[in-house]
Amino acid sequence: MAILGLLIPISLLLGLVGLGAFFWALKRGQFEDPDGDAARILRKDYDQHPKD
Amino acid sequence: MSVALAQPSSRPAACPACMAAPLAEHLADLPETDSTIMLSLPQIHCAGCISGVEAALMQVDGVHSARVNLTLRRVAVEALPAISPEDLTRVLQEAGYEAHELDAALLSTTQADFQGRDLLMRLAVAFFAMMNVMLLSVAVWSGAEGVTRDMLHWISAAIAIPAVIFCGRPFYVSAFWALRGRRLNMDVPITLAIVLALGTSLFETIQSGEHAYFDAAISLCFFLLGGRYLDHRTRAGARSAAQELAALDVPRAWRIRDGIEERVAAADLVAGDLVLVKAGGRIPVDGVVREGQSELDRSLMTGETLPAFAGPDTVVNAGEVNLTGPLVIETQAAGRETALHKIAELVAVAEAGRGNYTSLADQAAKLYAPGVHILAGLSAIGWWLATQDARVSLNIAAAVLIITCPCALGLAVPAVTTAASGRLFRKGMLIKDGTALERLAEIDTVVFDKTGTLTIGAPRPVGLEALSLSAKRVALGLAQGSSHPLAIAMANRLRELDLRLADITELHEVPGFGVEGIWDGQKVRLGRAAWLGATAPDVTASFVQIGDGAAMQISFTDSLRQGAAETVAALKAQGKRVVLISGDTSGAVTRLAREVGIDEVHSEALPAEKADRIAGFAKDGAKVLMVGDGLNDTAALAAAHVSISPASAVDAARSASDIVMMGADLSVILDAVETAGQARKRIRENFTIATVYNVIAVPFAVIGLATPLVAALAMSSSSITVSLNALRLR
Repeated sequence: MAILGLLIPISLLLGLVGLGAFFWALKRGQFEDPDGDAARILRKDYDQHPKD
Repeated sequence: MSVALAQPSSRPAACPACMAAPLAEHLADLPETDSTIMLSLPQIHCAGCISGVEAALMQVDGVHSARVNLTLRRVAVEALPAISPEDLTRVLQEAGYEAHELDAALLSTTQADFQGRDLLMRLAVAFFAMMNVMLLSVAVWSGAEGVTRDMLHWISAAIAIPAVIFCGRPFYVSAFWALRGRRLNMDVPITLAIVLALGTSLFETIQSGEHAYFDAAISLCFFLLGGRYLDHRTRAGARSAAQELAALDVPRAWRIRDGIEERVAAADLVAGDLVLVKAGGRIPVDGVVREGQSELDRSLMTGETLPAFAGPDTVVNAGEVNLTGPLVIETQAAGRETALHKIAELVAVAEAGRGNYTSLADQAAKLYAPGVHILAGLSAIGWWLATQDARVSLNIAAAVLIITCPCALGLAVPAVTTAASGRLFRKGMLIKDGTALERLAEIDTVVFDKTGTLTIGAPRPVGLEALSLSAKRVALGLAQGSSHPLAIAMANRLRELDLRLADITELHEVPGFGVEGIWDGQKVRLGRAAWLGATAPDVTASFVQIGDGAAMQISFTDSLRQGAAETVAALKAQGKRVVLISGDTSGAVTRLAREVGIDEVHSEALPAEKADRIAGFAKDGAKVLMVGDGLNDTAALAAAHVSISPASAVDAARSASDIVMMGADLSVILDAVETAGQARKRIRENFTIATVYNVIAVPFAVIGLATPLVAALAMSSSSITVSLNALRLR
């Protein structure tokens, strides 16, 4: 059962990494326009204006 | 981050105007030099549209960036202060995209986005905690004992308790407000179950007990938050498209003071101000014409299709559209005093009357919440009497609450509404109100407005063949010189006949009367009957005259909206009563009613009469669906059981109605009615499924056989079944 002492922290850590990634995506606005992003990736024109 | 949810509920304000009014005031204080412009683009739908819109906007000098949001159907433009929203809408219109200014809604939509994000964040935390606690619980269920079980329980508690406190906040707040208002809603048993489950589980853990319900408490939170999020998303999507309606008209007016014209907010006008209204402009105040002659389109206010003459001393109302010449109007009433605003008050009254609809979910909650509490209380008392053990009886009470907790009930309605709204959205309908579909499923009477609803609202000339060739050529030449809607319609029709243009000189518009010019040495005129000395017929008509000859009549009819007759026929075939109520003259209304096949007709109805008639139907027990588009319909739309307006309707009408149809075809109403019926059936099925689960599981809980494993299984399987059943609607 000693293995639990290792496995539980690892599983929690992995879960936290996932949660952190989700928060990051949420903060970066990746859920603001799901339809638009799905369409944008298929466009022919290059869509990466450097910000002026 | 949680500030936004401190409000009593996440529902939108009862009427869009309530949300827009404070915003509009706030907007008036802002300098007009904001560099972010928001435009609504109701018709964009694909990658090509994104590129098209962005490219068109980027070509405008002074525009720094343009970013389309396809989900919300709008574009955010960063531009120099000198660029006005009107410039940009014109650019987009030329590029073929319908666009509307959207600035006042900006604040409130970011608020809605913020709420969605907040819910999503809580959902994510709940998911994380649920998965981990479940994992630990599996170890307990598969037979961990003694110290190991205690350790697993303690870790579960450490994850679940903070997570539940954080994630369940929307429920606690809502339950708190319900209790304060001495009501019971779905959130009260939810909160009680969560608190009791955590409390007893913590106590059990401290006592090294066998059963802890941490997993149940957190998965309860997760499933219910899922339902809330679906609900929010459905409404936010429709609202962002429909909410612009309240804010679309950013009313400004030209005020003349000491001979100088200045652009002011319509709200700043007071009685006595002189206001200039250009041809094509909407009149912002009630008043009297002082200078100029023109014709007025009153159709939005009264439903009349015939443009009315306006000259000095004509009384005009806010909301009418000035057609041909500039008018100077002396303000008699502005803002809240106008007839237009009185209509808004009628709407508010009508809405208040409708507010007592109880949604299916609330009906269920009303039966369910007391039942659950009584059941839990009784089993606690029973066990206490039997065993004299408070710990056991509290455990049983917690188990009963968790087993019966309305996971499936919380998902039953939002899952179905989301699926149904999605399906109707693809057909071009926006469902603005969460209960609109439930109400639509109940209707037995359909009331249509005429102008702009059953008809397109655009006139079409008929009987042109009867005119002589020269008359047609002259009519075309004259019609091209005017921006009057009848002239434009006539010119469009005549151009199709491939005529040689008559060479007309000295062409000029006589505002309020028509156009005249010289052709072949003779004076030629196109305009109103009275101007040309003809008697006015009871249909919409223009007259053309060459020299001193007799005036020749050109009649107009309004073209039927696509699918109008089929829709009426199908509704009648379903046994629904179909009524036409219009403000137009009885001749025009009966003619159209015959064309589409409606037998019950009321004409020349004032706005208040329309609403009264609908209230009368409702009093007789009818559930009325109102379909209308004009300002004169808004009170009726708000008074009806459920209402639909076309996208071409005035903003007030669209915000008063529950459903907006984006396309021109009326037959989507049939789809909506059908989908609504199916949705109601699915909601009922979902309630049945949830109840069956409860009926099976509750006896186990009451006799003390409900282990956390049974609770977890019952909860997740019923939630999944309900969601899958809802998905069948798509």
